[in-house]
Amino acid sequence: MNRAVIDLWVGLFVAMGLAALLFLGLKAANLGATDIGETYSLQARFDNIGGLKVRGPVKSAGVVVGRVSEIRFDAESYTALVSMQVDKRYQFPRDTFATINTSGLLGEQYVGFEVGGDPDMLKAGDVLKKTQSAVVLEKLISQFMFNKASGDEGKK
Amino acid sequence: MNNARVQQILRQMGHQVTDRLWRLGFACRFLLMTVLYSGTALKRFHLTIREIYFTGVLSLIIILVSGMFVGMVLGLQGYDTLQRYGAAESLGVLVALSLVRELGPVVAALLFASRAGSAITAEIGLMKATEQLSAMEMMAVSPIARVVAPRFWAGVISMPMLAALFSAMGVLGGYLVGVQLIGVDEGAFWSQMQAAVDFRQDIMNGVIKSFVFGVLVSWIAVFEGFDADPTAEGVSRATTRTVVTSSLAILAADFVLTAFMFRGI
Repeated sequence: MNRAVIDLWVGLFVAMGLAALLFLGLKAANLGATDIGETYSLQARFDNIGGLKVRGPVKSAGVVVGRVSEIRFDAESYTALVSMQVDKRYQFPRDTFATINTSGLLGEQYVGFEVGGDPDMLKAGDVLKKTQSAVVLEKLISQFMFNKASGDEGKK
Repeated sequence: MNNARVQQILRQMGHQVTDRLWRLGFACRFLLMTVLYSGTALKRFHLTIREIYFTGVLSLIIILVSGMFVGMVLGLQGYDTLQRYGAAESLGVLVALSLVRELGPVVAALLFASRAGSAITAEIGLMKATEQLSAMEMMAVSPIARVVAPRFWAGVISMPMLAALFSAMGVLGGYLVGVQLIGVDEGAFWSQMQAAVDFRQDIMNGVIKSFVFGVLVSWIAVFEGFDADPTAEGVSRATTRTVVTSSLAILAADFVLTAFMFRGI
């Protein structure tokens, strides 16, 4: 076969391969779109982070404003220290309340920011003072059962 | 008499083991020589391009069609299982992750081994049987540089492309069955997939896998061809060995790579 024809086919083959990779990157993995531009770092201490993972989303009013960058166990206060990278475009008041929520009943866990009313804004490296831990389903059920049991005794 | 029998069996076993070890050592030396002699394959790149045509382009049809069917089957089976848990929208995640991480590289490599690997072995083995390789050596042309290295590199280059095409076709097949045929919500199909598939963790690891498989399959194929007994029977045995050995090597390497890549941090 002619060398030019073979070159053409191989060129087409390589182009198709790269196009497939690009398709997988853009359509299957959403490369680029989830990247947050410039960020600043915030930290928060939680008594219990439940199933929160590194790279999990940070949301405010349901909109993704950042990502969890590091989760560490603080051996002095026996709490979990969660570091987050938050989009530089968004500023939050000093009394912002960080909670760990679950999307849906069995979905992934994320950090939610509930905005307070303080006029001062959080700066890079600040620690969020007010936090609420993840809801652990077993604890909730056992609390419910104990309440129920003590309630029944009260009636008698 | 009994003693002699035992001795004979032991001798045979020992011979088999040393034979295997000898072949493994020769295969490693052969890989090293192929890499060292690949200057010609890269300098006269049209030799390699010609081989990419034979190994890669001619494998396109089988790869594309099988990718499409594997994706469609994943769509059907995945939907059947997921809808029992009310999670039919996660179909995209299931299809994309299983293709990009495992099925794409592995099935494409298995197909590549039987479609292109066997052809490479048969070609080189026949060249040896008809003494074309010896003729090259007589003309002071190294058969490793002229025949083996271009085929080896063509396989290594083609494999990641074929695996990526396989995965892309599979995702399309899953989309066709899941969204167009069964009626899973299109937006949820793509958005859940995009949320769950990570470019570096999943797609790049798949590409690394297929690259490793490409090296393995091409290495085994050129080696078996070069090492074949120069008879009709020897070439046929070498071709069979290529398919069997490379399939086993792909699956074993896949286990090792998966254990390293996706241990779940």
